[in-house]
Amino acid sequence: MNTPKTPRGMTRRQLLSNAAILGTGFAVGGGFIAAADAAWAREVQALQPQTFATLVQMARDIYPHDKVGDEFYVLAVSGYDTPEAAPAIEAGIAALDAAARGKGFGSYLDTGWERDRVDILRGIEDSAFFQQIRGGLVTGLYNQKAVWPIFGYEGASYEQGGYIDRGFNDINWL
Amino acid sequence: MAAPFDLTDDSVVVIIGTGAGGGVLANELAQKGVSVVALEAGGRYLPEDYVNDEWESFGQLAWTDPRTTSGDWRVAKDFSGLPAWIVKAVGGTTTHWAGASLRFQDYEWKAKTTYGDVQGANLLDWPIDGAEMAPWYDLAEKKLGVTRTNGWPGLPGNNNYKVFEAGAKALGYEEVHTGRMAIMSHDDGDRTPCQQTGFCFQGCKWGAKWSSAYTDIPAGEATGNLEVRERAHVARILHDDTGKVTGVEYYDADGNLQMQKARIVCVAGNSFESPRLLLNSASEMFPDGLANSSGQVGRNYMRHMTGSVYATFDKPVRMWRGTTMAGIIQDEARHDPSRGFVGGYELETLSLGLPFMAAFLDPGAWGREFTTALDSYENMAGMWIVGEDMPQETNRVTLNMDVTDQYGLPVANVHFDDHPNDIAMRNHAYARGIAVYEAVGATRVFPTPPYPSTHNLGTNRMSENPRDGVVNRWGQTHDIANLFVSDGSQFTTGAAENPTLTIVALAIRQADHIAGEMSRGAL
Ligand SMILES: Cc1cc2nc3c(=O)[nH]c(=O)nc-3n(C[C@H](O)[C@H](O)[C@H](O)COP(=O)(O)OP(=O)(O)OC[C@H]3O[C@@H](n4cnc5c(N)ncnc54)[C@H](O)[C@@H]3O)c2cc1C
Ligand code: SF4
Repeated sequence: MNTPKTPRGMTRRQLLSNAAILGTGFAVGGGFIAAADAAWAREVQALQPQTFATLVQMARDIYPHDKVGDEFYVLAVSGYDTPEAAPAIEAGIAALDAAARGKGFGSYLDTGWERDRVDILRGIEDSAFFQQIRGGLVTGLYNQKAVWPIFGYEGASYEQGGYIDRGFNDINWL
Repeated sequence: MAAPFDLTDDSVVVIIGTGAGGGVLANELAQKGVSVVALEAGGRYLPEDYVNDEWESFGQLAWTDPRTTSGDWRVAKDFSGLPAWIVKAVGGTTTHWAGASLRFQDYEWKAKTTYGDVQGANLLDWPIDGAEMAPWYDLAEKKLGVTRTNGWPGLPGNNNYKVFEAGAKALGYEEVHTGRMAIMSHDDGDRTPCQQTGFCFQGCKWGAKWSSAYTDIPAGEATGNLEVRERAHVARILHDDTGKVTGVEYYDADGNLQMQKARIVCVAGNSFESPRLLLNSASEMFPDGLANSSGQVGRNYMRHMTGSVYATFDKPVRMWRGTTMAGIIQDEARHDPSRGFVGGYELETLSLGLPFMAAFLDPGAWGREFTTALDSYENMAGMWIVGEDMPQETNRVTLNMDVTDQYGLPVANVHFDDHPNDIAMRNHAYARGIAVYEAVGATRVFPTPPYPSTHNLGTNRMSENPRDGVVNRWGQTHDIANLFVSDGSQFTTGAAENPTLTIVALAIRQADHIAGEMSRGAL
């Protein structure tokens, strides 16, 4: 729906190459963000595509789990992609990019190592924006039932009759 | 069946809150033929309604009406609007509780005598002692079906317990077992034995764990002497010109203000709401709130010295399987000032599901130090620390006149600063808990800060002398003969043990006293 914008003076090619450098597989265009492997795809509603991509990366950098795919981070922050929430998020991401430029990067996504982004985030971690995103992720990410198996967590057990016959005391390495 | 009483019936005992204190008191009085109206702010949820899902259950059961916080405790920073994790529902926090049911040790009834003067602590001896409470504890253990009492077996140990036990034994701890739990370890034909589902904190779907919601309350209703009005939020306790209480005003399920008359009023809203209600009931005659001539209403708030220790291992534990609180080390629950603090603490296994672990392991933390811990969630074991904290006059519940709830009533502000004794004890307990896990090969340990309070005590404390506290040895307010406090807010001191067995024992004893005084015509 949105025509692709290349904010902050970046060309679309730069944007794409940043995504490629990141290895997160973002392709941005036509308002459509999709993983390179098409594991997930999502049309941006109210946020700029670049903003959304940055937000997803920020979410991963706050709670990085290498075995958790992008689709979970996308879902965790997609609630911000509404007309009501968008202005504050655009402003927050603009500030994040400004912080990145202050450290010599073209933008937050224009970084190679996670440690560079973590360094940028440390600089803004007391901001209301950072705390809003971090706080929201605690439930937004970890309360997704589909994410639990990645951590080995089994969720509800009553329906299976509890663990009385399913290994409540099966530890064998002590 | 459940008796409906008239709003103008001034012969009834009104009980506010239906948790460990109120729910038991309501049933015990009803069994003795006393007419009881129990008013409960929350709705009614039974085992079929409980959900094996931490946040969904929180949404169903937790008290989320506004409260505010202040003080140096970390909860005020991390969970500023949620000083306590307790329940608003018929059955109160007995739906959430883990079921650990321990008696006080004899010396703990006499903290002031035993510990002497502790600077900054407002210590006091209870006006009652272990010998007086022993028969009431007997009744409470029978009622709750406490394991390792009455010849009932202990529960089998789950994985989390086995790790904990192995570490404890390696350190030479001796009093290590699967606890005294209000969870059925045998079939009594009524409550199902524990099926090791986990989710004890979310309401036991088997009814294996005791909760007043599905034991005492229906038993009381079956007598025809108890009416429980749910979604009835008491706003004010009323009194007459002689200073006797005459009834209560409450908001019913539709938000309409009602007035229920009463012969006796018993307050059992847990340690924030009980003092808040007494303070919100201030009148021309009692400008500082009801029963507050001592100025102690709301003061001496205790929450137990708590904390947790989690640890990761190189192999799976799957601590969430089976009972949430699956075992205990009691060796540190003794008074031994050579450790650098007075009083003692218990170590009890605890597990949280992944969603709560993310919220509580290290609130506010982010980045790989935090997330790699969760990556090892499957290999994690955990324990909770619960020890005696010091009552301090300045740790208190006050009315926050700037913040009101959905009824326009000022909310409770909860102020808490750790006492140096609490901090010394916590540091000792962290070190011991870490040692337990390191003894069995922990790869990383996590001394986790206290959660929002689950044990809330002391804000209407019991005292021999009316100057020192709010209620007497029966939980009767010093100032108003027909006004009682029936919950954990009566606690003079907190002891090292989880409080609920003592709350229940006090409620059974109080019911006996009230019924006796009523039939003697003294009340
Ligand atoms: C997660 C968790 C685990 C726990 N585990 C243990 C354990 O293992 N062992 C142990 O001993 N203890 C445990 N506890 C503590 C235990 O649950 C409490 O000590 C106990 O329930 C307190 O009883 P109470 O009667 O004081 O209050 P509650 O049980 O909290 O009952 C108070 C009731 O009053 C109602 N109420 C409040 N204000 C009003 C009002 N104005 N009008 C009408 N109704 C009102 C509330 O809605 C509530 O239902 C645990 C608590 C939690 C949260
Ligand atoms: S583990 Fe036992 S006590 Fe806990 S919820 Fe399951 S059945 Fe109930």
